[in-house]
Amino acid sequence: MSQSELTMSTGHEVVMEASPYHMEKKKLGMWIFIVSDACTFATFLFGYGYMRVGSLNWGTPFEFSSILNGIFMTFILLSSSLTMLAAVRATQTGQKASANKWLGFTMLLGTVFAILHLREWFKMFGEGWGLFSNPTGGAVQFGACFFSVTGLHLTHVVSGVIALAVIMRGYNQGRYDTSHVETAGLYWHFVDLVWMFVFPLTYLMNAAR
Amino acid sequence: MHDMTAHAAAHHAPPQGFIRKYVFSVDHKVIGIQYTTLGLVSAFIGMALSWAMRIHLAWPTASIPLLGLLSPNGAPGGVPTPEYYLSLMTMHGTIMAFFLLTAAPMAGFGNFMLPIHAGAADMAFPRLNMASFWVTFVGFVLACATFFIPDGPPLSGWTAYAPLSAVGSVAGPGQGWGQNLWGLSIALFCVASLLGALNFIVTTIDLRTKGMTLSRLPLATWAWFINAWVSLLAFAVLLPTCLLLVLDRLGGTSFFIPGGLVVNDKVLPHSGGSPLLFQHLFWFFGHPEVYIIILPAFGIVAHVMPTFTRKPLVGGWKVITYAMAAIGGLSFVVWGHHMFVSGMSPYMAMVFSVPTLIITIPSVIAVLVFAFSLYGANIRFTTPMLFCLGFISLFISGGIGGFFLAQPAVDSYLHATSFVVGHFHFTMGLSAVFAAFAGFYYWFPKMWGRMMNETLGKVHFWLSFVLVYCVFMTLHLMGLTGSVRRYSEFVADFMVPLMPTNRFITVAALLLGATQFIFFYNLLWSRFKGPKAPDNPWQATTLEWDTTSPPPFDNFGGRQMTVYHGPMEYDGDAFVMQTSTEKSIAGT
Repeated sequence: MSQSELTMSTGHEVVMEASPYHMEKKKLGMWIFIVSDACTFATFLFGYGYMRVGSLNWGTPFEFSSILNGIFMTFILLSSSLTMLAAVRATQTGQKASANKWLGFTMLLGTVFAILHLREWFKMFGEGWGLFSNPTGGAVQFGACFFSVTGLHLTHVVSGVIALAVIMRGYNQGRYDTSHVETAGLYWHFVDLVWMFVFPLTYLMNAAR
Repeated sequence: MHDMTAHAAAHHAPPQGFIRKYVFSVDHKVIGIQYTTLGLVSAFIGMALSWAMRIHLAWPTASIPLLGLLSPNGAPGGVPTPEYYLSLMTMHGTIMAFFLLTAAPMAGFGNFMLPIHAGAADMAFPRLNMASFWVTFVGFVLACATFFIPDGPPLSGWTAYAPLSAVGSVAGPGQGWGQNLWGLSIALFCVASLLGALNFIVTTIDLRTKGMTLSRLPLATWAWFINAWVSLLAFAVLLPTCLLLVLDRLGGTSFFIPGGLVVNDKVLPHSGGSPLLFQHLFWFFGHPEVYIIILPAFGIVAHVMPTFTRKPLVGGWKVITYAMAAIGGLSFVVWGHHMFVSGMSPYMAMVFSVPTLIITIPSVIAVLVFAFSLYGANIRFTTPMLFCLGFISLFISGGIGGFFLAQPAVDSYLHATSFVVGHFHFTMGLSAVFAAFAGFYYWFPKMWGRMMNETLGKVHFWLSFVLVYCVFMTLHLMGLTGSVRRYSEFVADFMVPLMPTNRFITVAALLLGATQFIFFYNLLWSRFKGPKAPDNPWQATTLEWDTTSPPPFDNFGGRQMTVYHGPMEYDGDAFVMQTSTEKSIAGT
């Protein structure tokens, strides 16, 4: 029989059933959160699709420069997944300095992504785009959908950077261990994965042609 | 074989001091009692709102006590305006559906019992658990606060249909800050439910004691586990829906508001949105929601009944569990049956009608499992058992109405009538409440360490049972004659002759409300004066009856709980506890 032992508050050793996924609760909890968060993103994307299909004058306003910026942002975010992976590997082998370096890179790339995204946003605001305005005269839902979908994603990236900072601090102080870094990594990879849906749907499908 | 020794779960020590012990407690048992209490308070408020509505429907000019004080504008002289009637209806639905029916059977009993059923010392994430209660509580306070702001409570129903809910204060009283607070309250409720669902799932998967395999889990815990998955996916859709609604209201977007809309003689500056999108998103949550309400009820009945029929359920743990899982899965593909008359394509109506009829199959299997399990049983007619029988009766009676409503052609006639009101009160309202009562009478000795009074319990059951039929079966019949729902007064010619029937319902509803005070009295008296409960008053087998009443802080006092049997080892008066090393007597 496969079992795991837990120490209860009373100090007694208690034998429990092993997790069917051989996964400790923090990591399992993050997976469950990801399932739920995926539904939240799906709702926003469904709303966007519904609006797009339902309007007669949607318009495809993104010039090549915007698309190029988007591709660069995608590159940055995907690279940050790679550096996150290196950070997890480093904590697993106990290389504290290396873990700090890679976590730092991950946070840096996340921040660069957010800055590039905000720059894009403010450029669009300057051109007259808004939640309820479309300077090209097309459907006003464009701005509402674009800013709410990318805004939700941007919120996730920024929260992720903050979470990584908290985890890194705790890791250096010895309060957190590999499992915390790994759990944060799960979240980070999920945010990257979502971008792989958001980018084609909001940028590529709206490229000027 | 995988052998894992983990010392990671250094559980929290018992708290000292009143605040940490009873208010901001991380103990799942305290949180369960907090949720149950919140449910009782919500039940009382929701019930009082329904009295006001019923009195106004039966005696349109009558002054309703206290209502004039609560809202001098909404109910001048105690007579509610049509708008205020809708506000009462909205808040009755919101408080009952979210803060009683979603919270009490799942978060109330589930929080208290699920870790004990699994043999754990607490939930997987105790602090998250505390957060989910207090977030729910803030949501509840915000919902109730709408009564006391100048704007008043919103009037767009618990479903908050756009565009009425989306256009703002131009749409009438309560549609300004009342609706904003409502949106915020429900968004908070979503967050709390998501945290709760996450906790339930991880606890069930990762924190089972030695020998507690999935096939030996008590059926209530199976139901909470399945239900947590449904909640996790459904509330994750309602949360962004609330956010989009708030964006429409405060951000100036028009996701849900069509172009050229004129409300109260004002042309609105929106264009291009779709009210149907709101209905799709809301009901994608809303239909699973009614199963979120009823699945814990199934679980409680499946858990309580074998204790009193003294034999396992027909089909063992598998049939009922698979039926509940099938209901949970199918609940995500039937939402369109709420929208047959909303302007959706009739072809889509057919697409949604078929799975709606299919979902009745596992529902019927579940109820028939309960009904057939009575056959040949030497039943102990205790109060919890009576409420289980009441549940079976109400769910079947209400469920039959579902066959009518599942068909677009019939639904077109019935949809806006009180037939629907009777139907959903039977199936998701009163069925769930009866199952919650069964759970309450059953677990009261464990939760508070005292026995409840059986005689008062039985009186409470029989009066409630008869009066529930008087109210809601009559509403079905009124609906068949075409009596319209959501109207504050019966002014149309064809509805005037229904007035005597209407008054009958009101009298029955008031008596039904009065009956609940027997329960409140029993609850309070038993809590302080009831006889002390033994560890296992019902001769049941599951782990909660294997510890003291109420259980110690870490649930089992540091004992190693090792499970050898399923939860339904009954054979007449003989029974084998789950932790007993004796031989199985029921073969489960």
